[in-house]
Amino acid sequence: MWKLLWKILKTGTLTESPTRTQEETGRPPFLHSASIRHVDAGSCNGCELELWALENPVTSLSSLGFSFVASPRHADILLVTGPVSCHMKEALETTHQAMPAPKRVLAVGDCAISGGVFRGSYATHDGLSSILPPDVTVHGCPPPPEAIVEGVLRAFGSPPHHS
Amino acid sequence: MEGDSSPFFSPETGFDRLHGGIPHTFLVTESPDRYLAQARLLSSNGARLLTLWSESLPAIRAAILLREGLVLLSLSLPKDAVSFPSLSSIFPPAARFERTIHDLFGLIPDGLADLRPWIDHGLWSHPPLSHTPSPLTRLAQGMDYPFVRVRGDGVHEIPVGPVHAGIIEPGHFRFSVVGEKVLRLETRMGYTHKGIARLFRGRNLPEAARLASRISGDSAVATSLAFSKAVEEALDIEISEGVRFVRAILLERERIANHLADLGALGNDAGLAVALSLFHPLREAMHRINLSLFGHRLLFDSVVPGGVSTGLSGAMIETLLLENERLQAEVSLLERIYADHGGLQDRFQNTGILSPEVAGRLGIGGVAGRASGQGWDLRVDHREDPVHRFAPALALDHIGDVASRVRIRFFEIFESLRLTHALLTSFPGPDICATIPDPPAPREGAGIVEGFRGEVLGWVRILPGKILADAHIADGSPLLWHALEASVPGNLVADFPLINKSFNPSYSASDL
Repeated sequence: MWKLLWKILKTGTLTESPTRTQEETGRPPFLHSASIRHVDAGSCNGCELELWALENPVTSLSSLGFSFVASPRHADILLVTGPVSCHMKEALETTHQAMPAPKRVLAVGDCAISGGVFRGSYATHDGLSSILPPDVTVHGCPPPPEAIVEGVLRAFGSPPHHS
Repeated sequence: MEGDSSPFFSPETGFDRLHGGIPHTFLVTESPDRYLAQARLLSSNGARLLTLWSESLPAIRAAILLREGLVLLSLSLPKDAVSFPSLSSIFPPAARFERTIHDLFGLIPDGLADLRPWIDHGLWSHPPLSHTPSPLTRLAQGMDYPFVRVRGDGVHEIPVGPVHAGIIEPGHFRFSVVGEKVLRLETRMGYTHKGIARLFRGRNLPEAARLASRISGDSAVATSLAFSKAVEEALDIEISEGVRFVRAILLERERIANHLADLGALGNDAGLAVALSLFHPLREAMHRINLSLFGHRLLFDSVVPGGVSTGLSGAMIETLLLENERLQAEVSLLERIYADHGGLQDRFQNTGILSPEVAGRLGIGGVAGRASGQGWDLRVDHREDPVHRFAPALALDHIGDVASRVRIRFFEIFESLRLTHALLTSFPGPDICATIPDPPAPREGAGIVEGFRGEVLGWVRILPGKILADAHIADGSPLLWHALEASVPGNLVADFPLINKSFNPSYSASDL
């Protein structure tokens, strides 16, 4: 046990500040926390690896007031990855319907925006636009954690839709 | 292990030995009886089925791994074929692959009792890859899947997914439980099916290579390397020594990064939340070095047919050696912390046991296989350059519980660090990429690599103009769902996330 305690003490705080301040991004100052429900709509798992990185102590999205939640009932932001496979469309829509308003849809990665490398397949919908038009998009394959953080902050500041 | 002495690579039995670091051979037949007979012969000699698929030509293809090397067994079918013989009585995991062929191509596996759909969720008007194509329409209403029911006093079902509680890929798990104890687990996949086989068709090589990097995001190096090797064999391309070194280094980096993430997540799932905070910054540091040296945090597109996208300079080698030293020290400490932590070991031990017998029958390789007494590792078994120069050691355990799979991962990180160090310090340079010739006629090739999860197979057929006719890339994930289903019953529902993480199958690589 002393090894673990010593290691924790020695590691200290690794969390970095966001690369750009709120003044620079022009976003409203942070007032409340927001909860995110993630749905993988058929991604290759690359975006999920970067979402995991948001929760490591270096990026630490939770220290900015955001957390990933298990139930859509608790979520303010629906974060979607993947090109929206035919087989995930229904689960994605059900998740969105289960979220209380106001809510935002955040598309993370080129696949969720337009299908990415999987565009044109019989098995996908080429991204969110025809299913749940996103309020905010984050490009990249996959986008790096700092870009996703900025996307989450933008989604938080964007006008909510009530559908 | 050399293949020269094996009866399977001699002309008498119909197997010819081909060139390449890992011996492999193509065996084509038009006779269903011969197809079954060869599969039986291979199985009785301890072979494992890796994957089974169909393609644009009416044919069934099976990738079967022997100790001596890889056999690509294929059965050519007539144009108007409606069925093919099932291998499920010879290799039990063939069933789900054959159900996939049934769903996608409409061909019926003869002798397979379970014809429930696997990839098809009832949203397509007819099989999307049928050899007699007609326009596909999407249906609004899918079908319910007939799960196997467990009956008895107090038995109830817990449906989980496709959307899970955390940041996880989608899939459905159906637990039949009594109280807290799982009696049966049945998986239902296909949610991430993207039609990759169809997407490969007609792509040029650079576009196909991009797709090959995105079969499963955690295995980008392994899948693009398997694809590149297949292309290189098809087009007879020689790879320079420098490129082989860079590829081997990238493959080991991918293994280390994934094992670090899995070990952190396993600690977290067992209740030691700080494990995530200790392991994941190490992985994050690797991703940052990947970005600055190789241009991508997850090494997507770093391996391309004919070469690598970024070579190694002296300064890069210095950076990687420093990182290597740091990881060695950090992971050594973390391994001792895990070993000393009674609570953690209590959760790991005797949880999710995959017995060596079941692992052998299912043909499980990779980390999960090696934790259950299945001593298969392409890096160890074959004299592939350059890794064999440094005598890779086999990680092997015989208990098959979560603790075994944790031990295997620690062992493999240290071994990968040792190999990376050796590769970096003896890097011959320069890493010149080969030019890609245009084939005068359709050509086929296959490649296989040991990814972080297990073997990854790549197969291609290339047309003149360097256009892909067909490609298939597969890792061991579909077999790992069988391993999971075999090891969860008898455990508590609450231990499922821990057991699942210890196998860590890729949903995307299963659904394709």
